[in-house]
Amino acid sequence: MAELRVFAIPAETAPPAPVPAPADAANEAPSLEERLRWFPLNTHITVRGLRKSFGGTVIYDGFDLDIPRGKITSVFGPNGCGKSTLINMISGLIPYDGGEILFDGKTLAETRIGYVFQNYREALFPWMRAIDNIHYPLKLMGVPKAERTRRVEKLIESFDVPIDFNAYPYQLSGGQMQTICIMRALVVEPEVLFLDEPFSALDYEMTLLMRDRLQRIYQERGTTMLMVSHNLEDAVWLSDHVLLLTRKPTRVADFVAFDAARPRSADTLSEPDFVRVQKHCLEVFQREASLR
Amino acid sequence: MKALDRFSAPLKPLWGVLALLTIWWLAWKAGVADPVLLPSPQETMASLWQGMADGTLWGDFVSTVKRTTISFVLAAIVAIPTGIFLGSSERLYRSLEFIIDFFRSTPASALFPLFLILFGVGEMAKILVAAFGAALVILFNVAYGVMNARQTRLLAAKVMGANKLQTLRDVMFWESLPQTFVGLRNGVSLALVIVIVAEMFIGSTDGLGHRLVEAQMLFRMPEMYASIFAAGALGYALNWGSLLVEKQVVHWGGK
Repeated sequence: MAELRVFAIPAETAPPAPVPAPADAANEAPSLEERLRWFPLNTHITVRGLRKSFGGTVIYDGFDLDIPRGKITSVFGPNGCGKSTLINMISGLIPYDGGEILFDGKTLAETRIGYVFQNYREALFPWMRAIDNIHYPLKLMGVPKAERTRRVEKLIESFDVPIDFNAYPYQLSGGQMQTICIMRALVVEPEVLFLDEPFSALDYEMTLLMRDRLQRIYQERGTTMLMVSHNLEDAVWLSDHVLLLTRKPTRVADFVAFDAARPRSADTLSEPDFVRVQKHCLEVFQREASLR
Repeated sequence: MKALDRFSAPLKPLWGVLALLTIWWLAWKAGVADPVLLPSPQETMASLWQGMADGTLWGDFVSTVKRTTISFVLAAIVAIPTGIFLGSSERLYRSLEFIIDFFRSTPASALFPLFLILFGVGEMAKILVAAFGAALVILFNVAYGVMNARQTRLLAAKVMGANKLQTLRDVMFWESLPQTFVGLRNGVSLALVIVIVAEMFIGSTDGLGHRLVEAQMLFRMPEMYASIFAAGALGYALNWGSLLVEKQVVHWGGK
């Protein structure tokens, strides 16, 4: 690792792109060590030669991916292509059969991560008050009570949301519960924040609000975010890059950049650039979804 | 009308009681059964009152409560941690499932002779046989509660970096609580049943079971009925009490 060479390409001219996956020349594929040398500048998460099958069905076989640092990347693709499987493998929720996933060259165990689940009702601990839910990951890290309180208070202050933090989760609304989930994930100041369809259990009004809130969090912290979305509008609006996946065995279909200025608003949705990117993503998606 | 409804709603269960007492009284009045076998409601209530007042029925009542409580607490102390431990490894539980189900399905009364031989005719045998029966019911429910813990919650703990012990203590235990309380409620009812039967047949000198059998043999019918009501009230109170505790502890249940 000491003589690891990075092929520096100016970031402006070459946005981080995934390394092209080897097509069918498995025996000609370079060794893992060689492939690890090739990744664009400003990469945060590197996935190399990832393999995963579920009961004989191959989902990932030699999958390579680079996720840029300090950007929001959305994962989008046909049903059952393994969007959630991908972020669950990267975040360590489910094991993978082979390959390597590194964060800045570190393993998952050496990396602080946060994870926001789709089902906030089942992700929170209903026997704890909202505030204790937020405290919990810090408690697991062994942070002393006074320091925990200080950090949680700071986080609550930065969020500035009208939530009764002494309430139990089931006494809160859906949007409030998901906000608590996001706060619980952020309180450890994660290097990477994973979001698995964070809005899909919310109504449209709440989705707009949460989308906005997430953008604000991103602008304040610049945390690398990896989000699975089943809604192309959410995916493009919020992201710097949309990762489009093929049907299984899953490969990268496209890695589309969207660099509209932030803060993005409802007006962004009607800007030509947004419309163009969304249209392109949809075309790729339709091509991939109708295959076979 | 609505105001009247609200006022009378808590009194509704009393109508049934009143109806039962009326039918009983009518049956007694009409001489449907031998008056020795079916005493009047007044006589029975008087016996119940007197037994409680002079301390004879009350003493037996307290003995039964004591035995039930001790066996129930003993069962809970053993069964809850064991249930969490077994439930946390589905493979382990599956390999023991048959034994647990088998003994859970065995009538506890069938075990009396065995416990008599093992522990003699003293207090020990009664309490342990009741504890054994209750423990299996509790254990089974706790283990199932743990095994059915919501996957998302376990994953949430995992992704926050909880180790196996922390997950067990902070998530699985709480997740299993609603089911645990189902077990505790069934367990305390079963413990009472076993204790009363044990008091009847395992050489006792006190307890509601003992009093019942004695009253029956001496043909003291009002006293026997009074004991039945005392046992019924005890069972009802235990169930009601555990529901009350459950509501307090498992405040998130069903929400």
